[in-house]
Amino acid sequence: MAGRVIVITSGKGGVGKTTTTANVGMALAQLGRRVVLIDADIGLRNLDVVLGLENRIVYDLVHVAEGSCRLRQALIRDKRCDTLFLLPAAQTRDKEAVAPEQMRKITADLAEEFDYVLVDSPAGIERGFKNAIAGASEALIVTTPEVSAVRDADRIIGLLEAAELHEPRLILNRVRLDMVRRGDMMNMDDVLEILAIKPIGIIPDDESIIVSTNRGEPVALDPHSRAGQAYREIARRLEGEDLPLVPPQATDGWIGRLRRFIGLQSR
Amino acid sequence: MTVLQLLQRLWGKESERPSKEQAKERLRLVLVHDRAGVTPDRVLPLLKDELIAVISKYMDIDESGLDVTLSTEDSQMALVASIPIRGLRQRL
Ligand SMILES: Nc1ncnc2c1ncn2[C@@H]1O[C@H](COP(=O)(O)OP(=O)(O)OP(=O)(O)O)[C@@H](O)[C@H]1O
Ligand SMILES: [Mg+2]
Repeated sequence: MAGRVIVITSGKGGVGKTTTTANVGMALAQLGRRVVLIDADIGLRNLDVVLGLENRIVYDLVHVAEGSCRLRQALIRDKRCDTLFLLPAAQTRDKEAVAPEQMRKITADLAEEFDYVLVDSPAGIERGFKNAIAGASEALIVTTPEVSAVRDADRIIGLLEAAELHEPRLILNRVRLDMVRRGDMMNMDDVLEILAIKPIGIIPDDESIIVSTNRGEPVALDPHSRAGQAYREIARRLEGEDLPLVPPQATDGWIGRLRRFIGLQSR
Repeated sequence: MTVLQLLQRLWGKESERPSKEQAKERLRLVLVHDRAGVTPDRVLPLLKDELIAVISKYMDIDESGLDVTLSTEDSQMALVASIPIRGLRQRL
């Protein structure tokens, strides 16, 4: 049976697509699945550094599309988890170097061998986005709880629908529970009142993401990180588990701890 | 800041309207515009046909003079329909 091809996209830039692709991919691989991540952000390659695999790239997506190497030759095996692979983007080319038809072929070939093919989409709605969704049959939309990001997510939902990619699922990234509590940040329920989409995960705004990205070690490998926990839960939901959607326990500074200590709020 | 305000802040209940409500309200409005902007060409003809079908059950209307548009005024979006009536139908 062919694997699932899932695109991770957002419209707005910098909301966490690459971080999500790396971590959901790692978490799925940790569950024993065979996973390949495609960096479709040609010209602005990032997934390699988030995964700490930047020194091992020889061939890339454009080489594969142009036929100057075999697909297998371009795949980089992760050093920590031997069921995780990366197909890197070209850094010195532009988005036009690959056509949607070529992406469809590459993802279909990979789906023969892998359980999951995750495609990290570039920001925007132009060629790079169209390439990224070309071979996908499922989509995860990443947004942050901000007006501009949610607005762009709505646009993406419409474009995915038009491209026959039905039932995308939403990841709400960079949630700060302290701000949600005082009413200064939308939470998942608020966003779902506005967007016509089903949720699949809530990721807290978490320093450990920056630390782990500095090191090139995906946070999904860190058993103590709240964000890592959230990514692992997304992986399990993709696998079909029905986990309740609650943000992981907050460690939101001394006011939060004081409030919990004196019992002003549960959790 | 009074002790009461301090307590309210600790409780997370401030008297002013939380900014997320503003975010939601602005999003709702902007998305009505965005969504309409993407689809009026597709939606309006369909809407027009269904309107004619429904209204014709009760009234005799002049289909050629029917005009359905979206208008935006005062940061509100409205559906404006002008439907010339020739006469009422007999009671069913
Ligand atoms: N939950 C989080 N907590 C803290 N920092 C985060 C979180 N998610 C993402 N970041 C940081 O935000 C920045 C942007 O993330 P990322 O590169 O994953 O976004 P992107 O959507 O792929 O961006 P682009 O549109 O440029 O491809 C990174 O520096 C990342 O470390
Ligand atoms: Mg990215």
